[in-house]
Amino acid sequence: MENLSLVAVASIIASGLCIAIGAIGPALGEGRALAQALSSIAQQPDETNTITRTLFVGMAMVESTAIYCFVVTMILIFANPFWNYFLSKAGG
Amino acid sequence: MRISPEWLLFLSLGPLKLNGTIVFTWLVMAVMTLGSWLVTRRLRTGVRIPRWQNALEAVVSGMMGQVRDVTRQDPVRFLPFLGTLFLFVCVCNILSVVPGFQPPTGSLSTTAALAIIVFLSVPAYGIKKVGIINYLGNYLRPTFFMLPFNVMGEFTRTLALAVRLFGNVMSSHMIGAILLLIAPLIFPVIMNLLGLLTGLVQAYIFAVLAAVYIAAGMEIQKSR
Repeated sequence: MENLSLVAVASIIASGLCIAIGAIGPALGEGRALAQALSSIAQQPDETNTITRTLFVGMAMVESTAIYCFVVTMILIFANPFWNYFLSKAGG
Repeated sequence: MRISPEWLLFLSLGPLKLNGTIVFTWLVMAVMTLGSWLVTRRLRTGVRIPRWQNALEAVVSGMMGQVRDVTRQDPVRFLPFLGTLFLFVCVCNILSVVPGFQPPTGSLSTTAALAIIVFLSVPAYGIKKVGIINYLGNYLRPTFFMLPFNVMGEFTRTLALAVRLFGNVMSSHMIGAILLLIAPLIFPVIMNLLGLLTGLVQAYIFAVLAAVYIAAGMEIQKSR
């Protein structure tokens, strides 16, 4: 296969796998964090504000890895530098 | 397809390019400055105050309460910095429902700039409070083997701060655009609403994480 189609196939497969596998870990982690937060709210309802705030901050940090995978996928699909380079070579 | 407002060129004079990020940041600055000037022209104390003054007072006292809870110190010192961070990101993300407006936080330049400001403010507040010897000594706690990990941790958490905000705002803004190609009206509107919610949550997260980093840099840890 010539370079252009090779880049296209690799980018498409990589972006799909990236977001598919990358979303599994953070989802499981956030579920566990939420379960733990719910049980501590049940144990100490007076501290709900602190627990909720800490839960949100923790969830944002856990979600970071999923966001990294999503950004890589978006770049591969929409702003792919390899595709643009080989496209300019093939067109020009 | 454009994933960032940086590629939207308004005007270019030689080496200076006026791109979408700068123009929309100026727009947000104008909205915030004009709005707050209009509200605080005639401040009144007493029982009956104008309703916009009431709203702004609620916002300010809410932020002070949150900063006091997170840093466990007097919040007045941090409020200008953290409050500006929160309000700027908040207004940027909320204005994204205005058609034609691209949030400047959807560009890695803006979020990287904000993260670098936070990165530089942590030693600034820390050294002012505990002195430079104690602040540098914190890097050797709990043992001096942790020095490379502490330094690496500083850089990676700054990077994570920038990419988290950029990823969330860029993705929620693009989802609406992509879904418009597929579904007519209802689904993109729902995704826009979800984008508003995540924008607000991310603004809060950014400010709270900045507060946590500053407070952590200001304490004197004991070595083992």
